[in-house]
Amino acid sequence: MREPTPIDALDRAIIDGLQGGFPICERPYAQVAAGLGMSEAELLERLQRMLDARLLTRFGPMFQVERMGGAFVLAALRVPEGDWQRVLEIVNALPEVAHNYRRESEHGGGFNMWFVLATESAAGIDAAIRRIEAASGLPVFPFPKLQEYFVEMKLVVRA
Amino acid sequence: MNGTFDAVDRRLVLATQGGLPLVPRPYHQLAEQVGIPAEEVMARLASMLESGAIRRIGAVPNHYAIGYTANGMSVWDVPDERIDELGRQVGALAFVTHCYHRPRRLPDWPYNLFAMVHGGSRAEVMAKVAEIAAIIGSDCRALDVLFSTRILKKTGLRIGA
Repeated sequence: MREPTPIDALDRAIIDGLQGGFPICERPYAQVAAGLGMSEAELLERLQRMLDARLLTRFGPMFQVERMGGAFVLAALRVPEGDWQRVLEIVNALPEVAHNYRRESEHGGGFNMWFVLATESAAGIDAAIRRIEAASGLPVFPFPKLQEYFVEMKLVVRA
Repeated sequence: MNGTFDAVDRRLVLATQGGLPLVPRPYHQLAEQVGIPAEEVMARLASMLESGAIRRIGAVPNHYAIGYTANGMSVWDVPDERIDELGRQVGALAFVTHCYHRPRRLPDWPYNLFAMVHGGSRAEVMAKVAEIAAIIGSDCRALDVLFSTRILKKTGLRIGA
Protein backbone atom coordinates (compact mmCIF):
# COMPACT_ATOMS: atom_id res chain seq x y z
CA MET A 1 0.00 0.00 0.00
CA ARG A 2 1.22 3.46 -0.85
CA GLU A 3 1.26 5.98 1.99
CA PRO A 4 -1.34 8.71 1.49
CA THR A 5 0.54 11.77 0.30
CA PRO A 6 -0.24 14.97 2.15
CA ILE A 7 -0.25 18.14 0.05
CA ASP A 8 2.12 20.72 1.51
CA ALA A 9 2.34 24.42 0.69
CA LEU A 10 4.86 23.89 -2.12
CA ASP A 11 2.78 21.16 -3.78
CA ARG A 12 -0.21 23.48 -3.55
CA ALA A 13 1.75 26.30 -5.15
CA ILE A 14 2.83 23.97 -7.96
CA ILE A 15 -0.68 22.69 -8.64
CA ASP A 16 -2.29 26.13 -8.45
CA GLY A 17 0.45 27.85 -10.41
CA LEU A 18 0.94 25.27 -13.11
CA GLN A 19 -2.52 24.46 -14.48
CA GLY A 20 -1.53 26.40 -17.57
CA GLY A 21 1.13 28.69 -18.89
CA PHE A 22 4.04 26.28 -18.68
CA PRO A 23 6.80 28.03 -20.62
CA ILE A 24 8.22 26.91 -23.93
CA CYS A 25 11.95 27.53 -23.58
CA GLU A 26 15.16 25.57 -23.11
CA ARG A 27 14.88 25.12 -19.32
CA PRO A 28 11.16 25.58 -18.56
CA TYR A 29 11.21 23.75 -15.22
CA ALA A 30 14.08 25.96 -14.03
CA GLN A 31 12.10 29.06 -15.00
CA VAL A 32 8.96 27.90 -13.18
CA ALA A 33 10.95 26.71 -10.15
CA ALA A 34 12.62 30.10 -9.78
CA GLY A 35 9.19 31.75 -9.67
CA LEU A 36 8.08 29.31 -6.97
CA GLY A 37 11.25 29.72 -4.91
CA MET A 38 12.53 26.18 -5.35
CA SER A 39 15.20 24.45 -7.36
CA GLU A 40 14.61 22.87 -10.75
CA ALA A 41 15.49 19.47 -9.25
CA GLU A 42 12.94 19.88 -6.45
CA LEU A 43 10.19 20.87 -8.87
CA LEU A 44 10.90 17.84 -11.07
CA GLU A 45 10.98 15.56 -8.02
CA ARG A 46 7.69 16.92 -6.70
CA LEU A 47 5.95 16.66 -10.08
CA GLN A 48 7.06 13.05 -10.37
CA ARG A 49 5.92 12.28 -6.83
CA MET A 50 2.51 13.91 -7.37
CA LEU A 51 2.04 11.95 -10.59
CA ASP A 52 3.03 8.71 -8.85
CA ALA A 53 0.63 9.47 -5.99
CA ARG A 54 -2.13 10.37 -8.49
CA LEU A 55 -2.49 13.89 -7.09
CA LEU A 56 -1.90 14.83 -10.70
CA THR A 57 -3.38 12.75 -13.48
CA ARG A 58 -1.09 14.30 -16.14
CA PHE A 59 1.53 16.91 -16.73
CA GLY A 60 1.92 18.24 -20.25
CA PRO A 61 0.03 19.71 -23.19
CA MET A 62 -3.76 19.40 -23.20
CA PHE A 63 -4.83 18.89 -26.78
CA GLN A 64 -8.03 20.22 -28.30
CA VAL A 65 -8.45 17.38 -30.76
CA GLU A 66 -11.17 19.18 -32.73
CA ARG A 67 -8.62 21.82 -33.75
CA MET A 68 -6.55 19.02 -35.25
CA GLY A 69 -9.38 17.61 -37.34
CA GLY A 70 -10.47 15.14 -34.68
CA ALA A 71 -13.56 14.80 -32.54
CA PHE A 72 -14.45 14.78 -28.86
CA VAL A 73 -17.90 13.51 -27.85
CA LEU A 74 -19.66 12.86 -24.54
CA ALA A 75 -21.71 9.66 -24.52
CA ALA A 76 -23.70 7.68 -21.99
CA LEU A 77 -24.85 4.15 -21.30
CA ARG A 78 -27.54 2.68 -19.10
CA VAL A 79 -25.72 -0.23 -17.50
CA PRO A 80 -27.66 -2.76 -15.43
CA GLU A 81 -26.00 -3.20 -12.01
CA GLY A 82 -25.41 -6.91 -12.51
CA ASP A 83 -23.60 -6.22 -15.77
CA TRP A 84 -21.52 -3.29 -14.52
CA GLN A 85 -18.07 -4.85 -14.36
CA ARG A 86 -18.31 -6.52 -17.77
CA VAL A 87 -19.43 -3.33 -19.50
CA LEU A 88 -16.86 -1.23 -17.64
CA GLU A 89 -14.05 -3.44 -18.91
CA ILE A 90 -15.34 -3.22 -22.48
CA VAL A 91 -15.62 0.57 -22.42
CA ASN A 92 -12.34 1.28 -20.61
CA ALA A 93 -10.41 -1.05 -22.92
CA LEU A 94 -10.95 1.33 -25.85
CA PRO A 95 -8.11 3.84 -26.27
CA GLU A 96 -10.70 6.22 -27.73
CA VAL A 97 -12.28 6.50 -24.26
CA ALA A 98 -10.45 9.47 -22.70
CA HIS A 99 -12.51 9.77 -19.51
CA ASN A 100 -15.20 7.67 -17.91
CA TYR A 101 -17.30 8.51 -14.85
CA ARG A 102 -20.00 6.75 -12.93
CA ARG A 103 -22.84 9.18 -12.28
CA GLU A 104 -26.04 8.84 -10.32
CA SER A 105 -29.21 10.88 -10.16
CA GLU A 106 -32.95 10.65 -9.68
CA HIS A 107 -34.14 11.97 -13.01
CA GLY A 108 -31.16 11.25 -15.22
CA GLY A 109 -32.97 8.83 -17.48
CA GLY A 110 -31.08 5.91 -15.96
CA PHE A 111 -27.81 6.86 -17.64
CA ASN A 112 -25.13 5.81 -15.16
CA MET A 113 -21.93 5.52 -17.22
CA TRP A 114 -20.73 8.74 -18.85
CA PHE A 115 -17.62 8.76 -20.98
CA VAL A 116 -15.80 10.99 -23.46
CA LEU A 117 -14.61 9.64 -26.79
CA ALA A 118 -11.63 11.44 -28.35
CA THR A 119 -10.62 10.39 -31.86
CA GLU A 120 -8.50 11.66 -34.71
CA SER A 121 -11.46 11.87 -37.07
CA ALA A 122 -15.21 12.28 -36.80
CA ALA A 123 -15.61 8.80 -38.31
CA GLY A 124 -13.61 7.40 -35.41
CA ILE A 125 -16.38 8.39 -32.99
CA ASP A 126 -19.00 6.38 -34.87
CA ALA A 127 -16.66 3.41 -35.13
CA ALA A 128 -15.95 3.48 -31.38
CA ILE A 129 -19.66 3.70 -30.59
CA ARG A 130 -20.40 0.73 -32.84
CA ARG A 131 -17.67 -1.31 -31.17
CA ILE A 132 -19.01 -0.55 -27.69
CA GLU A 133 -22.56 -1.38 -28.78
CA ALA A 134 -21.50 -4.64 -30.43
CA ALA A 135 -19.40 -5.78 -27.47
CA SER A 136 -21.80 -4.70 -24.71
CA GLY A 137 -25.14 -5.31 -26.38
CA LEU A 138 -26.28 -1.94 -25.01
CA PRO A 139 -27.21 1.18 -26.98
CA VAL A 140 -24.78 4.10 -26.67
CA PHE A 141 -26.32 7.58 -26.45
CA PRO A 142 -23.98 10.25 -27.84
CA PHE A 143 -24.40 13.84 -26.64
CA PRO A 144 -22.28 15.81 -29.13
CA LYS A 145 -21.88 19.46 -28.25
CA LEU A 146 -24.03 21.79 -30.33
CA GLN A 147 -22.49 24.90 -28.78
CA GLU A 148 -19.66 25.46 -26.31
CA TYR A 149 -20.27 28.38 -23.94
CA PHE A 150 -17.33 27.93 -21.61
CA VAL A 151 -14.54 25.46 -20.85
CA GLU A 152 -11.78 26.10 -18.37
CA MET A 153 -10.92 23.25 -16.08
CA LYS A 154 -8.74 24.99 -13.50
CA LEU A 155 -9.38 24.33 -9.82
CA VAL A 156 -7.61 25.81 -6.79
CA VAL A 157 -6.33 23.25 -4.26
CA ARG A 158 -8.56 23.11 -1.20
CA ALA A 159 -7.68 19.74 0.29
CA MET B 1 -6.16 15.47 -39.35
CA ASN B 2 -6.44 18.70 -41.29
CA GLY B 3 -4.07 20.67 -43.50
CA THR B 4 -2.48 22.90 -40.89
CA PHE B 5 -1.71 19.89 -38.75
CA ASP B 6 0.99 17.80 -40.41
CA ALA B 7 2.70 14.46 -39.80
CA VAL B 8 5.39 16.02 -37.61
CA ASP B 9 2.75 17.70 -35.40
CA ARG B 10 1.10 14.32 -35.13
CA ARG B 11 4.38 12.75 -33.96
CA LEU B 12 4.63 15.51 -31.36
CA VAL B 13 1.14 14.69 -30.11
CA LEU B 14 2.08 11.02 -29.89
CA ALA B 15 5.24 11.89 -27.97
CA THR B 16 3.49 14.17 -25.45
CA GLN B 17 -0.05 12.84 -25.00
CA GLY B 18 1.18 10.75 -22.05
CA GLY B 19 2.92 13.80 -20.60
CA LEU B 20 5.88 16.11 -21.00
CA PRO B 21 9.25 14.53 -20.10
CA LEU B 22 10.23 15.37 -16.52
CA VAL B 23 13.83 16.29 -17.36
CA PRO B 24 15.55 19.69 -17.29
CA ARG B 25 15.34 20.17 -21.06
CA PRO B 26 12.04 18.45 -22.00
CA TYR B 27 11.74 19.98 -25.47
CA HIS B 28 15.24 18.79 -26.34
CA GLN B 29 14.31 15.28 -25.29
CA LEU B 30 11.19 15.46 -27.46
CA ALA B 31 13.35 16.67 -30.34
CA GLU B 32 15.43 13.52 -30.10
CA GLN B 33 12.32 11.33 -29.91
CA VAL B 34 10.63 13.01 -32.86
CA GLY B 35 13.78 13.57 -34.91
CA ILE B 36 13.59 17.33 -35.43
CA PRO B 37 15.59 20.22 -33.89
CA ALA B 38 14.55 21.44 -30.42
CA GLU B 39 13.87 24.91 -31.84
CA GLU B 40 11.34 23.36 -34.19
CA VAL B 41 9.67 21.43 -31.34
CA MET B 42 9.27 24.68 -29.43
CA ALA B 43 8.05 26.60 -32.48
CA ARG B 44 5.49 23.92 -33.33
CA LEU B 45 4.17 23.70 -29.76
CA ALA B 46 3.93 27.50 -29.60
CA SER B 47 2.04 27.49 -32.88
CA MET B 48 -0.36 24.79 -31.62
CA LEU B 49 -0.98 26.88 -28.49
CA GLU B 50 -1.65 29.89 -30.69
CA SER B 51 -4.10 28.00 -32.91
CA GLY B 52 -5.88 26.37 -29.97
CA ALA B 53 -4.81 22.84 -30.92
CA ILE B 54 -3.21 22.86 -27.48
CA ARG B 55 -5.52 24.42 -24.90
CA ARG B 56 -2.70 24.83 -22.39
CA ILE B 57 0.44 23.17 -21.09
CA GLY B 58 0.47 22.30 -17.41
CA ALA B 59 -0.70 20.08 -14.59
CA VAL B 60 -4.02 18.24 -14.51
CA PRO B 61 -4.92 17.66 -10.86
CA ASN B 62 -6.98 14.76 -9.64
CA HIS B 63 -10.05 16.71 -8.49
CA TYR B 64 -10.81 14.32 -5.67
CA ALA B 65 -7.27 14.51 -4.28
CA ILE B 66 -7.25 18.31 -4.20
CA GLY B 67 -10.52 18.56 -2.30
CA TYR B 68 -13.25 18.56 -4.95
CA THR B 69 -14.97 15.42 -3.81
CA ALA B 70 -18.34 16.43 -5.25
CA ASN B 71 -18.64 16.84 -8.98
CA GLY B 72 -22.09 17.53 -10.31
CA MET B 73 -23.13 17.62 -13.94
CA SER B 74 -26.15 19.93 -13.79
CA VAL B 75 -28.49 19.51 -16.74
CA TRP B 76 -31.34 21.82 -17.68
CA ASP B 77 -34.25 21.81 -20.08
CA VAL B 78 -34.55 25.35 -21.39
CA PRO B 79 -36.31 26.71 -24.50
CA ASP B 80 -34.11 26.40 -27.60
CA GLU B 81 -34.65 30.05 -28.46
CA ARG B 82 -33.24 31.07 -25.05
CA ILE B 83 -30.38 28.62 -24.74
CA ASP B 84 -27.54 30.70 -26.23
CA GLU B 85 -28.25 33.66 -23.98
CA LEU B 86 -28.63 31.44 -20.90
CA GLY B 87 -25.61 29.33 -21.79
CA ARG B 88 -23.40 32.41 -21.98
CA GLN B 89 -24.66 33.66 -18.60
CA VAL B 90 -24.25 30.29 -16.88
CA GLY B 91 -20.85 29.70 -18.50
CA ALA B 92 -19.66 33.06 -17.14
CA LEU B 93 -20.17 31.91 -13.51
CA ALA B 94 -16.79 31.44 -11.82
CA PHE B 95 -17.59 27.98 -10.49
CA VAL B 96 -18.80 26.49 -13.80
CA THR B 97 -15.92 24.65 -15.48
CA HIS B 98 -17.73 23.44 -18.62
CA CYS B 99 -20.96 24.67 -20.17
CA TYR B 100 -22.46 23.26 -23.36
CA HIS B 101 -25.60 23.03 -25.46
CA ARG B 102 -26.18 19.33 -26.21
CA PRO B 103 -29.06 17.47 -27.87
CA ARG B 104 -32.06 16.17 -25.96
CA ARG B 105 -32.80 12.42 -26.01
CA LEU B 106 -36.57 12.33 -25.74
CA PRO B 107 -38.45 10.93 -23.95
CA ASP B 108 -35.85 9.96 -21.34
CA TRP B 109 -33.56 12.93 -21.53
CA PRO B 110 -35.24 16.33 -21.89
CA TYR B 111 -32.13 18.35 -20.98
CA ASN B 112 -30.27 20.54 -23.49
CA LEU B 113 -27.99 22.73 -21.31
CA PHE B 114 -25.11 21.10 -19.42
CA ALA B 115 -23.08 22.94 -16.73
CA MET B 116 -20.39 21.17 -14.70
CA VAL B 117 -20.00 22.27 -11.08
CA HIS B 118 -17.24 21.13 -8.69
CA GLY B 119 -17.29 21.50 -4.91
CA GLY B 120 -16.14 20.12 -1.59
CA SER B 121 -19.51 18.56 -0.83
CA ARG B 122 -22.82 17.80 -2.51
CA ALA B 123 -24.42 20.55 -0.41
CA GLU B 124 -21.93 23.06 -1.77
CA VAL B 125 -22.57 21.92 -5.34
CA MET B 126 -26.32 22.16 -4.79
CA ALA B 127 -25.92 25.72 -3.44
CA LYS B 128 -24.11 26.60 -6.66
CA VAL B 129 -26.79 24.86 -8.71
CA ALA B 130 -29.31 27.13 -6.93
CA GLU B 131 -27.35 30.13 -8.22
CA ILE B 132 -27.65 28.75 -11.75
CA ALA B 133 -31.36 28.17 -11.19
CA ALA B 134 -31.73 31.81 -10.18
CA ILE B 135 -30.24 32.89 -13.51
CA ILE B 136 -32.34 30.52 -15.58
CA GLY B 137 -35.50 31.41 -13.65
CA SER B 138 -38.77 30.59 -15.32
CA ASP B 139 -36.96 29.31 -18.43
CA CYS B 140 -36.12 26.16 -16.44
CA ARG B 141 -38.60 23.44 -17.41
CA ALA B 142 -36.69 20.58 -15.79
CA LEU B 143 -33.35 20.10 -14.09
CA ASP B 144 -31.24 17.33 -12.64
CA VAL B 145 -27.78 17.02 -11.10
CA LEU B 146 -25.78 13.88 -11.88
CA PHE B 147 -23.08 13.42 -9.25
CA SER B 148 -20.05 11.40 -10.17
CA THR B 149 -19.51 8.61 -7.69
CA ARG B 150 -16.36 7.15 -9.24
CA ILE B 151 -13.69 8.11 -11.75
CA LEU B 152 -13.60 5.01 -13.93
CA LYS B 153 -10.92 6.24 -16.33
CA LYS B 154 -9.05 9.49 -16.86
CA THR B 155 -6.25 9.28 -19.38
CA GLY B 156 -7.07 12.08 -21.79
CA LEU B 157 -6.50 11.87 -25.53
CA ARG B 158 -4.69 8.77 -26.81
CA ILE B 159 -4.27 8.60 -30.56
CA GLY B 160 -2.74 5.52 -32.13
CA ALA B 161 0.88 5.29 -33.27
